[in-house]
Amino acid sequence: MELICPAGTPASLEAAVEAGADAVYCGFRDETNARNFPGLNFSREELRKGVAFAHRRGVKVLVAINTFARAGAFGLWQEAIDDAVMAGADALILADLATLDYAHRRHPGQRLHVSVQAGAANPDAIRFYAETFGAQRVVLPRVLNVMEIASMVRETSCETEVFVFGGLCVMEEGRCSLSSYATGQSPNMNGVCSPASHVAYAERNGHIVSTLGGFTINSFGKDEPAGYPTLCKGRFATPRGSGYIFEEPVSLDAALMLPALRDAGVTAFKIEGRQRGRAYIAGVVRSFRKILAAIDEGRSPPAVSLAAMAEGQASTVGAYRKGWR
Amino acid sequence: MQLTLGPVLYHWSPERWRDFYYRVADEAQVDAVVVGEAVCSKRAPFKQDYIPAVVERLEAAGKRVLHSSLILISLPRERRQTRELMQSDEAEVEINDLTCLAGLASRPFAVGPFVNVYNEAAAGFLAERGATRICLPPELPLPAVAAISAAVPQLATEVFAFGKVPLAMSARCYHARAHKLTKDNCRFVCEKDPDGMPVKTLDGAGFLSVNGVQILSDSCVSLLSDIPALRRASVASLRLSPQGCDMVAVARLFRDVVDGRIEPEEAERLLGEIYLDVPFSNGFLHGMAGHVHAGAGGGSLGALR
Repeated sequence: MELICPAGTPASLEAAVEAGADAVYCGFRDETNARNFPGLNFSREELRKGVAFAHRRGVKVLVAINTFARAGAFGLWQEAIDDAVMAGADALILADLATLDYAHRRHPGQRLHVSVQAGAANPDAIRFYAETFGAQRVVLPRVLNVMEIASMVRETSCETEVFVFGGLCVMEEGRCSLSSYATGQSPNMNGVCSPASHVAYAERNGHIVSTLGGFTINSFGKDEPAGYPTLCKGRFATPRGSGYIFEEPVSLDAALMLPALRDAGVTAFKIEGRQRGRAYIAGVVRSFRKILAAIDEGRSPPAVSLAAMAEGQASTVGAYRKGWR
Repeated sequence: MQLTLGPVLYHWSPERWRDFYYRVADEAQVDAVVVGEAVCSKRAPFKQDYIPAVVERLEAAGKRVLHSSLILISLPRERRQTRELMQSDEAEVEINDLTCLAGLASRPFAVGPFVNVYNEAAAGFLAERGATRICLPPELPLPAVAAISAAVPQLATEVFAFGKVPLAMSARCYHARAHKLTKDNCRFVCEKDPDGMPVKTLDGAGFLSVNGVQILSDSCVSLLSDIPALRRASVASLRLSPQGCDMVAVARLFRDVVDGRIEPEEAERLLGEIYLDVPFSNGFLHGMAGHVHAGAGGGSLGALR
């Protein structure tokens, strides 16, 4: 069982390596990766140094080039692929048919992982990526429960990786334009969701109102902390009543599901959060290392409190639990 | 420039669904019609029995008929439905997920708006495997549309030109959730909202629409005023997505603008009389937020109400 940890900056990469990551994933400082936030990500030089540092400690580096290439500007994505290979990346995480096809032809020996953004949600889709591009691992979209994951793993020879902690998409990844409908900035095209540049807070009638692109996403009373207005976790009104009609402001914590996910045959566990600081990275990675060690030794996992690390006030196991749908 | 009627994305009663297509066959000036269930595999059995008669009627009226695949394919029954559709000899299919490629062998096929084709390289990849036409993702801006149709001329490109725009898919059913039910035990409550369940902001502004496991916009895309620019971008076809309004009249308006019988501005005014109380938008095509309504001159008028 591999533990895959986020690295938004060289400092986070070092923190993740030192805290016991088996692999870290990161991206270049541009629109080629799905965490294209100000102040984050790696220059070419930083990636080369980061790979060298990680490899000295026996840790792998996976490079996410997982947005969809802009028409007429495919060169930017091709360069990112070439430079990641040159820097010694152990795998590339790709979502677009165009980037997968290019990487497979241009760098035939390079290990390729299918990004969660590709939304490969069944064994036939996984087989397509494995046979067409030689993909060796697929990161599963968060639409499946553990039993479904187990039956998928049995049907394919491709490795699988699942998210176990951090931000939680409630829509199928790679097929969501909610953010660009409100702001013009989308995960697929720009590598951002509900971008801070389009967020505003205002006080109205004693409530703090949060908006995204001019649309009210939530309204908080005096006793409620004003959370970040991620579009799919806002409060809205329908003829059936008002509230969190898509999902509450929760984040994913599947720590308790790890034994079941391991038994399902999952190869790697992934922690979300390239936008988080090194303290978060170090804390979460260390906690998961402890849990995995206990599972490996057949002990029951220690009760580690990750609540302080969760982005929202509460956590969920999301689609892994039957009935979430 | 051709017109394509996309699949009905909402859960209409089987009889309403059938009669809608009968009328389209007899009256609508569209060149192609996409039938089948794209959104929720639980809905598929309801229309199954009517599909042969609908297809026969449409084909007898000279329309090209395409069969839509599902968008999100994860459960065993969804894989089975997909395999059966891909292996059926008679149907020309529109794939909405790459899962379908595995079952198609070397047959030609159409690509629906839910396959992520954002650039000429991805379009070329699909064309090499037998794609003959492609409806591009609704969030693509015009320069991307133009670049793709120029680079892959063998592929007939289509854009999403009318209808509430599909924005997201989920494993979770938001109609069921709103009715305090689960997806497995949903009682098909989505049938109560044949034009989607409105989702407003807490201050009452129209924002989104829920269609079971799918989220659509509240505003309705209208690319009527963009038709000249789309023609310059070599777009071969406009997709009209069925809404709870007179789609025969909508198709006639688009036909009139394409054929130069009505000015786009006048057509958009008339469109407001066909689909009442719904704001129009075209922001995605103009590289802006999707809800924005940009005039022909590129100026923007927010669809925020």
